[in-house]
Amino acid sequence: MAGQRRGHAYPGRLIAVEGLDGSGKSTQIYLVKRWLELQNLKVFFTEWNSSVIVKNATKRGKKRQLLTPTTFSLIHCTDFADRYEHQVLPLLQAGYIVLADRYVFTAFARDIVRGCDREWVHNLYSFAVEPDITFFFKVPLDTALGRILGGRPSLKYFEAGMDLGLSPDPYESFRLFQKRINDVYLKMVREFGFVAVDASQASEVQQEQVRAIITERIDLPGFRWHTRR
Amino acid sequence: MKRFYGRGLPGVASRDLSGKLIALEGADGSGRSTQAELLTAWLERKGFATVNVGLNRSTLVSKELSRAKQGNVLSQRTLSLFYATDFADQLENRIVPALKAGFVVLADRYIYTLIARDAVRGGDRAWLESLYGIAIVPDIVFYLRVSPRQLVERNFQKHATLDYWESGMDLGLSRDMFQSFLKYQGLIQAEFERMQKAYGFDILNGNRSIRAISKDLQARVEPILERRAA
Repeated sequence: MAGQRRGHAYPGRLIAVEGLDGSGKSTQIYLVKRWLELQNLKVFFTEWNSSVIVKNATKRGKKRQLLTPTTFSLIHCTDFADRYEHQVLPLLQAGYIVLADRYVFTAFARDIVRGCDREWVHNLYSFAVEPDITFFFKVPLDTALGRILGGRPSLKYFEAGMDLGLSPDPYESFRLFQKRINDVYLKMVREFGFVAVDASQASEVQQEQVRAIITERIDLPGFRWHTRR
Repeated sequence: MKRFYGRGLPGVASRDLSGKLIALEGADGSGRSTQAELLTAWLERKGFATVNVGLNRSTLVSKELSRAKQGNVLSQRTLSLFYATDFADQLENRIVPALKAGFVVLADRYIYTLIARDAVRGGDRAWLESLYGIAIVPDIVFYLRVSPRQLVERNFQKHATLDYWESGMDLGLSRDMFQSFLKYQGLIQAEFERMQKAYGFDILNGNRSIRAISKDLQARVEPILERRAA
């Protein structure tokens, strides 16, 4: 399963962004979305952990700290499957450009850091097609930490990786957790053919690079609306 | 010594699981829950601390699962992952601690029902097997086989109606619920027979009297308990 390419033959295209919290990837994908929309292309945007039906259970589990690495992994996969089968897959079949703010690689990184078996997690998500392009926003760990810890004083339990028992201090725990996540991401760059973007550059410079790669790899005019709007 | 079907659970060593795990499988109306109750009473009478688990009983997701089943809004894979989450929650929070404490765990349905339900709906068996590689291999698994005709009768006796999911109505086998129930239960049974080869169930004839089945179960459980005493 691992490293095996699961390309797809659907008329649509899937672009995913990955990176640490604070890497600026959400800003970049938002700008991509606007850029494509303004060209009158069929675009759909989806983000991690947003399925309505699964949200309540996830929230309760997190709030009451009921989750183990295995249930944490499964509940996020449930959420992902709901969005994937209701939105991502049908839209790829319908010929959309689907933009995903975090995709299966986020789960791989988090679950593996939490101690789940790598093969097991990869198999769990094996129903999902691999993106046509995955941008990885590579940022020095300290920069990402500074952006997050500087702006937001309170960290949630699972967000800080407190369940790993790395440190009783949420800030220290977050640092150690993000470091481990980053290590897994870096290993995945080659395995999954990520396009690494230097996220310490100015935002508009990054966007220019991202747009150039998309233009090169995807025949954008083919994704215009055919119906009148 | 216990083992896992696949990769197991992070942080759980199978050698620490000194209790006994008994799984009881069978359709609604197969007498499964009645037998689970009788077996629990028998075990407790013999002095074995017994913990009962079943499907859709986790604190984590059982509420959402029930709601989702009402509306039939989840895709097959989402529903199956929801069930897997429910199972994993109980596995880690109830089954593992009880087995560590040396208790007997009686599972009123286990992963096989979940696999069978998915497999008859076109689920990928290899995917399911890996998913449930977190499960502990029970010391013994019983499958109460009751003919679909008899199941219908018992379901009507009990509820005066057939359950939507137990009739496999989502599969579109027949617009007629009665026909759908028979077809669906036939498919599930075929799936269990297929799994029997891989997982080694004890298949019990569930068309017999409650008492006869109960005696049969006790006789088959007894040797497992003895091995522990030795």
